[in-house]
Amino acid sequence: MTTAVGRPTDAPADTGDGWRRLSPRMLAVHPVMELRRLVFPLIAVVLGLRSGNSGEGGWWALGIGGLGIVVGFLRYFTTSFRITPTHVQVRRGLLRRRTLTVPRDRIRTVDVTSNLLHRIFGLARVTVGTGQTDKKNDGVKLDGLSAAAAENLHRELLHRPAPGPAAPAGGPAPAATAEDAPESVLATLAPAWIRFGPFTLSGLVAIGVLFGLGSRLVNEGHVDLADVGVVHDSLDYLRDAPLPVAIALVTAAVIVFTVLASTIGYVLTFWNFRLSRHRSGTLHVRRGLLTTRSTTIEERRLRGVELSEPLLLRSVRGAKVLAIATGLRVGRGADRGGSILLPPAPRAVAVRVAGTIIDDPEPITVALVGHGPQAARRRFTRAASVSTILILLVLLAVLLTGTSWWTFGAALLLLPLGALLAADRAASLGHALTGNWLVSRYGSLVRRRHVLQNDAVIGWNLTTSMFQRRVGLTTLIATTAGGRQQYAVPDVPEAEAIRVARAAVPGLLDQFLAG
Amino acid sequence: MTADVVRLRPPMHRVNPRARWYWAARAAVLWIVLLVPQVIWWVADSGEAELPHVLVGVAWAVLAAVHLIVMPQWRYRVHRWEATDTAVYTQTGWLSQERRIAPISRVQTVDSERGPIEQLFKLANVTVTTASAAGPLKIDGLAAKDAEQLVADLTTRVGHTLGDAT
Repeated sequence: MTTAVGRPTDAPADTGDGWRRLSPRMLAVHPVMELRRLVFPLIAVVLGLRSGNSGEGGWWALGIGGLGIVVGFLRYFTTSFRITPTHVQVRRGLLRRRTLTVPRDRIRTVDVTSNLLHRIFGLARVTVGTGQTDKKNDGVKLDGLSAAAAENLHRELLHRPAPGPAAPAGGPAPAATAEDAPESVLATLAPAWIRFGPFTLSGLVAIGVLFGLGSRLVNEGHVDLADVGVVHDSLDYLRDAPLPVAIALVTAAVIVFTVLASTIGYVLTFWNFRLSRHRSGTLHVRRGLLTTRSTTIEERRLRGVELSEPLLLRSVRGAKVLAIATGLRVGRGADRGGSILLPPAPRAVAVRVAGTIIDDPEPITVALVGHGPQAARRRFTRAASVSTILILLVLLAVLLTGTSWWTFGAALLLLPLGALLAADRAASLGHALTGNWLVSRYGSLVRRRHVLQNDAVIGWNLTTSMFQRRVGLTTLIATTAGGRQQYAVPDVPEAEAIRVARAAVPGLLDQFLAG
Repeated sequence: MTADVVRLRPPMHRVNPRARWYWAARAAVLWIVLLVPQVIWWVADSGEAELPHVLVGVAWAVLAAVHLIVMPQWRYRVHRWEATDTAVYTQTGWLSQERRIAPISRVQTVDSERGPIEQLFKLANVTVTTASAAGPLKIDGLAAKDAEQLVADLTTRVGHTLGDAT
């Protein structure tokens, strides 16, 4: 799994030419994008000029902004790419010319994204994933093809005809026939699913982002928040209100905002969601309201699925589905969200879709083997010890700073809450082997059920802590090249761990058995 | 053999006995980094209260001594490795232990490395990686000669297999 990177001389001399450019409309977009990156310095300039200080820094920012625009123009003229029968090559850079060469059989995913700006000009960004998503400067990014060209490229790269004799010849010509190729839709967004939006907590992230923006504005723009009327008044109001009232008000505000932001976030991200399977062996995810995104995953790279049920979502019988595929690392940089196969949706739908994706409903629904009383006890001991430590810390704070004893009383609530959490965590624990699948489920705040192909397991780690050894438990971890890279079966009795590992990968462990 | 007595045996080979000194030295470096600032503070602190410094100092010293004596011995009992024609098998750790097994057919790279402290004790480590970011098998504290031999062996064996499941 290497991506060949080298100078143009290393590039295979397939065809003499065939270098293509990005869309000229990108000349309008690149500079704006560069400017957007510089928006905070520019705001600082305006505010700085107004308040009469840091004028010099302002000029600097203006200069940098101008430079950004020039760089944006240059990017168009210095970037070109070509697709040969065996490779994808991208040439870029002004002073440091680089040619990036990716063998086509290493391409795992193709991702087509258009944000609002792209869409105004009918453009798209194509990201070709090679499975090295953990490295910086990974893969090939072509920012600014016309939407049609992006679609074509996408088809060219992944929906290539099967190597069988029946397949038509390659090249751009079969694009038209590929368009008519049967494609079965596995799921589309039903408007009713938006009700799951508030339960995703993505709004909390929005609060964090807003807070970050605000503080940056305050810092760079030298704004004193206390001078802003609304903030000033509400702070005053909160200060005068009794403590419980103030806490309740702030909590209510945060909840209302989170619900709103989460719902909006859900609509923005998943509007028009559509999951389909293409006959050529690819899964296709399309979604997004303002920024549209379309991801294609080769099914032969698909190693399993993950059914994820965060506590809040579970409370309203919702779940989402993620892909376990090589070349798609969960939640990494540009690929964040690239592995989503189904947004938060009714659990029944999630189960059905997950079953369809892996062509076997069994592992999604099969009853799991529990991990026994010892494993359950460990959940409770852990919860109890963590809550006790927190409570002692609160006690210390109360004694040292003279905070109200109410705080300590509230902290005592951690014990029953912890016990509830532990009970749920214990109930979640389970694993199963069915067909060619290793199934494992654990977690409470985020309960996940991993369904991993046995063939995808490329190693076993068996970890035991001192506490686990005392009660004869071990954590069995299957390592794999896709998704989270490792999938655990926590706290199973040792004999069971060995049994599972032997059954999933026959022959490997036999030579290391005692007796 | 009934199913409920099936257990993994530990890997065949122990690491080199000098590894105990290597682990002790590595831990000692850590302790020095931790303790030097405290000693400087003690010396620089011209205040009356000597007692807290002495107490904290003694506590750290005891902890460090126990760690430096117990940990390497314990590790030496645990750390083992084995490479067969079809798999690599390692056991590491002390308080928390880990056994890792990777099929030779899935191995991507075999590296040998000698850090400064390892060179001091004429040791080397060998790291075997697979396509998973979670699965490198690291064998610490091999005699440099053995490490070379192991790398050579593994490289030949890996060369005979195909496919890394990516």
